Amino acid sequence: MDPQLTTTAELPLPVNAARAVSRPVLGALGTVGRFGMLLLELVRALPEWRVWVPRALEQCEQVGYGSLLIVLLTSAFAGAVASLQAGYQFTGNIPLYVVGAIVSESVILELGPVMTGLLLAGRIGARYAAELGTMRVTEQVDALESLGRNPASHLLLPRVIAGLVMLPALVALADATGILSGWVVAKSSIHITNADYAYGTHRYFRTFDLWYSVIKAEAFGAVVTVIPCFVGYEAKEGAEGVGRATTTAVVAACVVILLLDMLLAKLLL
Amino acid sequence: MIELKNVHKRFGHHVVLDGVDFTVADGETVALLGPSGTGKSVLLKHIIGLLRPDVGDVLVDGESVPGLKRRALTKLRTRIGYAFQTGALFDSMTVYENIRLGITDETCYGDRDFCRARVKECLRLVNLSEDVGRLMPAELSGGMRKRVGIARAIAGRPTYLLYDEPTSGLDPVNADAMDALIERFQKELHVTSVVVSHDVRGSFKIADRIALLHNGRIRAVGTAEEFMAAKDSVVRAFLERDLEVAAEG
Repeated sequence: MDPQLTTTAELPLPVNAARAVSRPVLGALGTVGRFGMLLLELVRALPEWRVWVPRALEQCEQVGYGSLLIVLLTSAFAGAVASLQAGYQFTGNIPLYVVGAIVSESVILELGPVMTGLLLAGRIGARYAAELGTMRVTEQVDALESLGRNPASHLLLPRVIAGLVMLPALVALADATGILSGWVVAKSSIHITNADYAYGTHRYFRTFDLWYSVIKAEAFGAVVTVIPCFVGYEAKEGAEGVGRATTTAVVAACVVILLLDMLLAKLLL
Repeated sequence: MIELKNVHKRFGHHVVLDGVDFTVADGETVALLGPSGTGKSVLLKHIIGLLRPDVGDVLVDGESVPGLKRRALTKLRTRIGYAFQTGALFDSMTVYENIRLGITDETCYGDRDFCRARVKECLRLVNLSEDVGRLMPAELSGGMRKRVGIARAIAGRPTYLLYDEPTSGLDPVNADAMDALIERFQKELHVTSVVVSHDVRGSFKIADRIALLHNGRIRAVGTAEEFMAAKDSVVRAFLERDLEVAAEG
C-alpha cells in the first residue's frame, strides 16, 4: 500500500492510540525544550550589557512607576480588609494587639507579594505577551535578527531584569502600605491603640519574614516576565494568535504564581 | 554568490520547498516570481538564516548558512540587507532609530555624528527627506514604510540585498518608483540582489535573470527574453495573466 494514502481510520487501534498520546506529550516536551532554550539565551545575552542596561531602565520605569498607583491602592485595601476581618473575629475573645500581628504577618508573608504578583501578571504579563507577540507576527523579531542583533539582549532580557528589580521594590511598598492601612482601619473600627498595634506587629515579627517576602517577590518577578516573554515570543497566526498568547501568558503566570506560593511556603517556612 | 542546493522545507504536513536549486552570481539581480503561498519568502529567509532547511544546503560566499555558529551567522547577516514585505519597522522607535539600528558596525553605531550622516544618506537614497527621521512608523504610509525598511536594510552597506515583495500593495506610480530605486541601488551600490515578487512587468525591468517558483521547485530560470520565449505551460500561464493586464492598462 502507498504509505501516503494511509489514513488514520485504516490504522490499527493501538497505532492510533499511540499517536493520540504521543502527539501532546511530544508537543509538551517541545515547549519545555524551547522554554529551556529561551532561558539559556537570556543567560548568554548577559555579557551584552551595553544593549540591555538602557532598555532595562526604560522597562523598570514602566514596571515600577507605571504599576505603583495600582499596587499601592490594592495593598491598602488588602491591609484594610485584613484588619477589619481580624477585628471582627477576635474582638472580645483575645487581646486586641493580636490584630496588629495578624495584619502585618499576613501582609508581609502573603498578601503583599501574592497580590502584587497577580496584579503584575495581568498588567505587565499581558503587555509583554502582546508586545512581543505583535513583534513576532509583524516580522519585527525577524527584522532584528536579520540586522545581526540578538533579540534576547534587545527585547527579552531588559524585560526580565525589570521584573526582577522592580517586583521586590513594589512588594516592599505594598507591605508597608498594607500594614499602615491596616493600622488606620483598626484604629477606627476596633479602637486599638497605637501602642497595642505596634506591639502586636513587633511581637511575632522575624527578620526572615521580610526576606521571605523578598524571595517571593523575586520569584514572582521572574514568573510575570519570563512566561509572558516566552509565550509572546512564540506567538503565531496574526491578531488571533497574539490574543491567544496574551490570555495564555496571563493565565499561566497567575497559576505558576499560586503554585510557587505554595511551594515556597512548604520549602522556606 | 548565493547558492541553494536541493533545499527542502516543510511546516507540519505542508511541503513548501521541495528540492530548490537556485544560484545568484555576484553583482546580479535575480527576480524570484511565483504565485502567493509558493514559498518565495520562505526561500529568502533561508538565505539569511532565519529558517533552516530540512534537507539541502544554502551557501553564501561559500559558507554553509545552516551550519554557521551564532557569531558567524551574525557576521554574515551584517553583509546581507533584508527589506521585509511590510517594512517590519520597530513600532516603538522613530524612523531615525529604526535606520540607525541597521548600522551593523558597532563602532560606527556608537558614533552619533556618523549615524546622523548615514541615516540622512540612506533616507536620501530612498527619496525621503531628513524630516521623516523624526516620525514614528505609525505615521507613515505603506509606501514610505517600505522605503524606510529598505533604508534600514542598506544602512549597514550590505553586499547582498533581499527584497520581499517590494512593490506589493503599492499603486502603479509608487511601484515604478520602487523598481527605479532597486535599479539605482544596483548601479550605485553594486549589490547582489534577490527580489521576491509577483509583479512580472516590474521584474522584467529590474532583473538580470528571472526564476519562477512553482510547487516548491524552481520551474524556470532565464533572462526576460528567454522567459518571454518560453514554451512551458506554467511559465506561459503565469506571464500571460500579468502581461495581459499590463497590455489592457
